[in-house]
Amino acid sequence: MKPRHQRMIAIAAGLALIAIAAALVLNAFQGNVVFFFSPSQVAAKEAPVDRTFRVGGMVEKGSLKRRADGLTVDFVVTDTAKSIPVVYSGILPDLFKEGKGVVAQGKLGPDGAFHASEVLAKHDENYMPPEAAHALSTAEAEKAAKSVIAPGGAR
Amino acid sequence: MIPEIGQFALIIALGIALAQSALSLTGAARRIPAFIAVARPAAQGLFVFVAIAFGCLAWSFYNNDFSVLNVATNSNSRLPTAYRIAASWGSHEGSLLLWVLMLSFWMLAVSVFSRSLPDDMLARILGVMGLVAVGFLSFMLFTSNPFERLLPAAADGRDLNPLLQDPGMVFHPPMLYMGYVGFSVAFAFAIAALLDGRLDATWARWSRPWTTAAWVFLTIGIALGSFWAYYELGWGGWWFWDPVENASFMPWLIGTALIHSLAVTEKRGAFKAWTVLLAIIAFSLSLLGTFLVRSGVLTSVHAFATDPKRGIFILCFLAVVIGGSLSLYAWRANRVAPGGRFELLSRESMLLANSVLLLVACGAVMLGTLYPLFLDALDLGKISVGPPYFDSVFLPLMAPAVLLAGIGPLIAWRKGEPAQLVGRLRWIAIVALIGALFVPLAFGRWAALTSVGLLLAFWIFAGTLTALVVRYRSNAKLTRSFLGMLLAHAGVGVFIVGVTLVKSYETERDLRMEPGDTATLGGYSFRFEGVRDVSGPNYAAARGALTVQRDGETIARLAPEKRVYLVQRNPMTEAAIDAGISRDVYVALGEAVGGDAWTVRIHIKPFIRWIWFGCLMMAFGGLLAASDRRYRIATQRREDALTADATVIRRGTA
Repeated sequence: MKPRHQRMIAIAAGLALIAIAAALVLNAFQGNVVFFFSPSQVAAKEAPVDRTFRVGGMVEKGSLKRRADGLTVDFVVTDTAKSIPVVYSGILPDLFKEGKGVVAQGKLGPDGAFHASEVLAKHDENYMPPEAAHALSTAEAEKAAKSVIAPGGAR
Repeated sequence: MIPEIGQFALIIALGIALAQSALSLTGAARRIPAFIAVARPAAQGLFVFVAIAFGCLAWSFYNNDFSVLNVATNSNSRLPTAYRIAASWGSHEGSLLLWVLMLSFWMLAVSVFSRSLPDDMLARILGVMGLVAVGFLSFMLFTSNPFERLLPAAADGRDLNPLLQDPGMVFHPPMLYMGYVGFSVAFAFAIAALLDGRLDATWARWSRPWTTAAWVFLTIGIALGSFWAYYELGWGGWWFWDPVENASFMPWLIGTALIHSLAVTEKRGAFKAWTVLLAIIAFSLSLLGTFLVRSGVLTSVHAFATDPKRGIFILCFLAVVIGGSLSLYAWRANRVAPGGRFELLSRESMLLANSVLLLVACGAVMLGTLYPLFLDALDLGKISVGPPYFDSVFLPLMAPAVLLAGIGPLIAWRKGEPAQLVGRLRWIAIVALIGALFVPLAFGRWAALTSVGLLLAFWIFAGTLTALVVRYRSNAKLTRSFLGMLLAHAGVGVFIVGVTLVKSYETERDLRMEPGDTATLGGYSFRFEGVRDVSGPNYAAARGALTVQRDGETIARLAPEKRVYLVQRNPMTEAAIDAGISRDVYVALGEAVGGDAWTVRIHIKPFIRWIWFGCLMMAFGGLLAASDRRYRIATQRREDALTADATVIRRGTA
């Protein structure tokens, strides 16, 4: 085979491969990317109803309750402006604590509660999951903005 | 006093690195023997001073010198000695020092073991590595000084993150860094060859054992990290497609492509430009990995540093290294002489296809890792890309690569014989099909992906065995590099068996158990005996007791723990595992849920040990290959043979 033919075959094969890879990537992105919403966004009905997404913020103090089966827990995730009840069945991560940051992945149920299939808390006591931190700071900023327009109103 | 000595040693090291890289690179370019002669002793001196600095840091940790900020934030007087030493690389600053220590160690190794290299080539290689050292040393001295003082000194330290207090912390980071940084040798060889224009089979011969050695370390480092995550995080998972894991996996993929491409360059003189490009990418990805993990851009466990100054420094450094080397490549690569010709059916084209597949797979992993970061940086929303993405992209791209790995060693260089190959393929395919169809029967449950995985595994086993038999019958010598290659390929097969069987047949249950309760899972019964309090050197723990039985016979008594470390007051799950060749029984404690009841998680993980055993086989195969005799004898015989070979071909086609 001539080197020129060789090179053309190599280039064609490479391009075909990249096309296949791109198709795989796009397809996988469509099905598997998980979006993040804050409790305020969920309250404003921005979150999808039948699709998995993540919600994050702080576990509200005093909201953690364990059901009779010993495994299912209810708690409330808040970004200080709005909050959302979460149901989870299984063992919570070590650093899950009331008053600390948390991110939960799951779906919104017809009961309005968020049914989590996975709960993430990070592995360092001072470390806030970035998504949770983002939700909290956005809600704070909005509150501050409101209080400028109507002093004292938001409090 | 000791920390100041350490800092001073770092400053001297920076001076040496500056002088060394400037002198040896100019010396090699202008052919000034006196400058060239500096390279070797300067590299050795650099190692000495970096080692002194590292020793000073380790000493400060060992001696609980809480007037050093780094020690005060990452250690504690009650931390066991081994973890105090390991805490040296537990922080951002300390891990950078480890990086530079590894770099200077590789430089030392190159300067000692490359007696057969021409002096100017050696000077160029050490000069390029010296430049990398300059970058990292100044990064450390200007933005992340590991010896920064804390005045007044703290009474005691804030302790090492409990998650890191584990033997894994002692071995995993040094191994991983040896691998990461080891690619700097391959990179330096590539840059030196581009500068020099001497890019030939001899160059590949020199570069090969170093690249393989780095790859071996990286393989072991990643496997250790996976094993550590498995038993420490309490989830029973062995790979999470976490950005930090991907950061180490991307250089591994390219490194794998590189060692295969180097084989072609050495044996056949082909793919030279491609090999050089892969070497540049492999090291660039090592740097990118360091950046991802160390700059705090990731939403992950390891990202403890959140200082934009550092991020910008590394970003500029990355831009200079990657941009500079790619420009040099663009400028010089067209001067590379074409290599030996080959047919479509030949080992060369198999290896080329494999390295392209690995490169594309690496690109897909990179996209999934970086895309969320880009979106976030551009304020386009927050997303996460999890394991389903990586599984559904990575597996289809790797499956053909594994098929090629099974038959590659059976196809001759330059021109394969189709008839002969078909004959051999027939029985490889039969073995693979039988394995894929009948092994799931033993487990009683069939799924398409299980069979695909097993097909790949048996394919590669049968192909590897055939290659061994063919080589043995041909009376050709069984060299270490050939055996190493086969061993590593068989390791891939073992790895695939482990992954397939774990993914297909693992089972788990979350339970609420009171003392005396019994639960069953996968033919095993677990009796919960209750929990009692115990205390460790720097933690208090609740230790559970479970008796595991099978067919009425007690096979293990497991003691999972829930620890609370005294300083950081964090609970930590310590899983208990009964390990076996065909399965692991894995138990983790959840939390106390009133009375004597606890939540308990139990897993059965079939064949999970095969995953890491396969990685060890790959690493050992690499070690065998890197220690092949021909790398230790400095003859040109091969090259002569090559030229003769090329002449014959030319005559043949004319």
